[in-house]
Amino acid sequence: MAETIAVRGGRVIDPASGHDAVADVLLQDGRIAALGPDAGQGASNVIDASGLVVSPGFVDIHCHLREPGFEHKETIESGTLAAARGGFTTVCAMPNTEPAIDSAATVRYVLQAAAAAGNARVLPIGAVSKARKGEQLAELAELAEAGAIAFSDDGDPVWDAHLMRRALEYARMLGLPVIDHCEDKSLVAGGVMHEGWVSARLGLRGAPAAGEESMVARDIALAQATGGHVHLAHLSAAGSIELLRAARDRGLPVTAEVTPHHLALTDAAVLGDPQDEAGLAYDSNAKVNPPLRGETDREACVQALADGVIDCVATDHAPHATEDKLCEFDHAAFGISGLETALALCLSLVHDGRITLPQLIERLTVAPVRALGFALHVEGLGMLAIGAPADVTLFDPDAEWVVDPLQFASKGRNTPLAGRTLRGRVVATVYAGRVVHDGR
Amino acid sequence: MKPPPTAQVVLSTDDIRRAIRRIAHEIIERNPDLGRLVLIGMRTRGVPIARRLAEAIRGIEGAEVPVGALDIGLYRDDLSRRSLKATLQPTDIPSDLAGRRVVLVDDVLFTGRSIRAALDAIIDFGRPESIQLAVLIDRGHRELPIRPDYVGKNIPTNANQDVQALLAEIDGRDEVLVTARVEVE
Amino acid sequence: MTTQPSPMTPLEERPAWKRRHLLDLDDFSRDELESVLSTAEAMKEVLSREVPRVPALRGTTIANLFYEASTRTRSSFELAAKALGADVINVAAESSSVKKGESLIDSVRTLQAVGASLLVIRHWQSGAPYLVARHCDMGVINAGDGWHAHPTQALLDLLTIRSHLGDVQGRRVVIIGDIAHSRVARSNLWGLTRIGAEIVLCAPPTLLPAVFTADDPRALPAVTVEHDIERALDGADVVMALRLQLERMQAGLLPSLREYAHLYQLNEERLALANPGALVMHPGPMNEGVEVSPAVAHGAQSVIEEQVSNGVAVRMAVLYLLARGNGA
Repeated sequence: MAETIAVRGGRVIDPASGHDAVADVLLQDGRIAALGPDAGQGASNVIDASGLVVSPGFVDIHCHLREPGFEHKETIESGTLAAARGGFTTVCAMPNTEPAIDSAATVRYVLQAAAAAGNARVLPIGAVSKARKGEQLAELAELAEAGAIAFSDDGDPVWDAHLMRRALEYARMLGLPVIDHCEDKSLVAGGVMHEGWVSARLGLRGAPAAGEESMVARDIALAQATGGHVHLAHLSAAGSIELLRAARDRGLPVTAEVTPHHLALTDAAVLGDPQDEAGLAYDSNAKVNPPLRGETDREACVQALADGVIDCVATDHAPHATEDKLCEFDHAAFGISGLETALALCLSLVHDGRITLPQLIERLTVAPVRALGFALHVEGLGMLAIGAPADVTLFDPDAEWVVDPLQFASKGRNTPLAGRTLRGRVVATVYAGRVVHDGR
Repeated sequence: MKPPPTAQVVLSTDDIRRAIRRIAHEIIERNPDLGRLVLIGMRTRGVPIARRLAEAIRGIEGAEVPVGALDIGLYRDDLSRRSLKATLQPTDIPSDLAGRRVVLVDDVLFTGRSIRAALDAIIDFGRPESIQLAVLIDRGHRELPIRPDYVGKNIPTNANQDVQALLAEIDGRDEVLVTARVEVE
Repeated sequence: MTTQPSPMTPLEERPAWKRRHLLDLDDFSRDELESVLSTAEAMKEVLSREVPRVPALRGTTIANLFYEASTRTRSSFELAAKALGADVINVAAESSSVKKGESLIDSVRTLQAVGASLLVIRHWQSGAPYLVARHCDMGVINAGDGWHAHPTQALLDLLTIRSHLGDVQGRRVVIIGDIAHSRVARSNLWGLTRIGAEIVLCAPPTLLPAVFTADDPRALPAVTVEHDIERALDGADVVMALRLQLERMQAGLLPSLREYAHLYQLNEERLALANPGALVMHPGPMNEGVEVSPAVAHGAQSVIEEQVSNGVAVRMAVLYLLARGNGA
């Protein structure tokens, strides 16, 4: 039952309206009731936000909750709790579960499990193809009716161009985007990390950037041919970003996202710490798809996010059980458990002066909503507008903390950041008018 | 702050010279067939002593006695306690020790463990007719039944003392010092 | 047999040996390389005796865990361990029974539990020795991991080169073959450049990782790339031919063995382009008639057999030093 909560005295940043000033936010009946200098005066239930930043709850449009089917890696309950800890009040669940989210029944299952957990809003992404096999279109309209807000075959690309074309045409009829994980597997050819200096040195098979770029080019061409909306998942390569820039200049219906780890880390993360004798070299926690690439690629991602060529941040939260990562690098599963470190990694761009704080918040809140176009589904999502859902995140952009994966709410402890000191921490998260995370 | 340890000189340059000369005479006396003799110095400081003995023997009798060098690093029984600094040096011993008489030469004889290791090493190289032991200093405190055949000087010591032989070839001067070990707290 | 003074190296000045593992040569200092090589010289003397055995590692148990078939390297390590008086456990894990890394860590922990204090491991996946070193208390020696490193091979190559050429500073070493998939090439790259040699890598572009060529600021300055074998051999003091790795090659990297041999085989005619007396080396096993002609393989300039005998001495040195580094 949502109470009346007054979030008082914080620096309220609402990118949709341009608000950036110290103010109160009053929450009532699960909605934003008022916003202003003394809007919370007289309220009985007060959260003191002085010294903190108050923003709309973050929206993550790319998240792997693993349920149904892989509950040893994560459940909807643990995943949404991790989201809350990370300041995310809405997450979009990718369909590479078992069974895949390729039927209305599975869509409803995910929605029900999320509602039962009550930690965050979960919007399911439906599969493009049946069982994500990439052969036949799934029943996209049925999925949309049940509540899917986009379609994707992520962890895999829609490798068949003809299928991608038909998916785009069909999804366009439904007004929904197709999210593509751009990876030409024949070029990647079993590569386990970015093909570059580090992979040559470590003797690991590399995945060339061209493996992503070639499919980005294909998808852009298909967006042009069909007029359907392509959203490019987790871009990582400088070449991809150049192609994206050109596509946007031409006004094509292409949007894109980037992950916090691609903004902050490079393939050097696999080399580990030279001071430690066995070191963290071959740290499988740094194994992710698309891989962490070179400094030029990372810089291109940062610049593109800053100038808006890449629309938004998405975590690609990919939790795994310990045994899936505790093995030889070649065998280890791909993925980083990222919900709980996302904000701090993104804030490093603010601390380095690459992007302003309000701009970053925009990339985490209203920009992902606009990118996928699902403002239609939930009015006011990603904004602190009157009547919008009472999803609010309070954070301290300067607080330092040490990453301890054993303290994660996520079942996935797989992060290359273990032991690192990060700057920027979520203090409290309010979802639908209830405090779902209180770290004060 | 403890006072620095005082070093007591127990053998001077002249003492060392005379001792080596006397040992050379004794070796000659006990080993009339010098053609079968081999001197083997234990690294590090046993080697210059062995060379000086060979030179003295040459001076006295005109005979050339071969000198070998032995590194017992691979034979010690106290590997884990040894300082990690020392590296191995090659051992240089004639392979045909059969029928020869070996005089093992070392600077300071203490517990006898180094000599035991040296005996193992020499026997790995071949079966000499006999092995004798010549040391510049015997400081007592044997832990194994090892006894020297030739001694430059007997110096009774306490367990907490250090005996150090300095030789010109390595240390720039000839001297034997006894110091009290500073207790480390 | 010395009758003249040998140089009295001040042993006490040598820096202490601190390593617990030998995983790769890429972070070895010059001093550390010298330590291994001079210890190997002492071990060569031991091997020249009638009874080539010392009790230095008596009471130590060394485990050989080989996930890849290897007669040469494994027997070399076994001989080395026994020459030092150590006990040896040999485990040849069938690659078919290895499904996931969990069994690798389990196998390693079992060996530790039965008393092994040093582990020699060869594995077909790059990085496996690092994983092992992180999850057990034994000292780990990399006997070859995937494409990544083969440090004892590079050390014995260094020893062989030095025993013939003396100072390696400024000398040119040419490495010909499947560089992209060669752990021998990589380890030799680090070892040889550290002691001052110049390297020329010679291979078709499909077998050479592009990053070893200049533009990257991390590229080693003493390394150049040459696709033409005749240009590569000009001025060479050492020519190292690598085995063409059929078992690791992906289809499509070479049109045929015949074409490779036509372009890259080290034969007498080509060897004549190198400096007179240039050393011919090969880590073995050789594909005679492919990467090297039989005449060259068995010719006067070939030191391939010496490499093998130096291998035992080098491995003795490594086992000895690491046993001390691990307080065995």
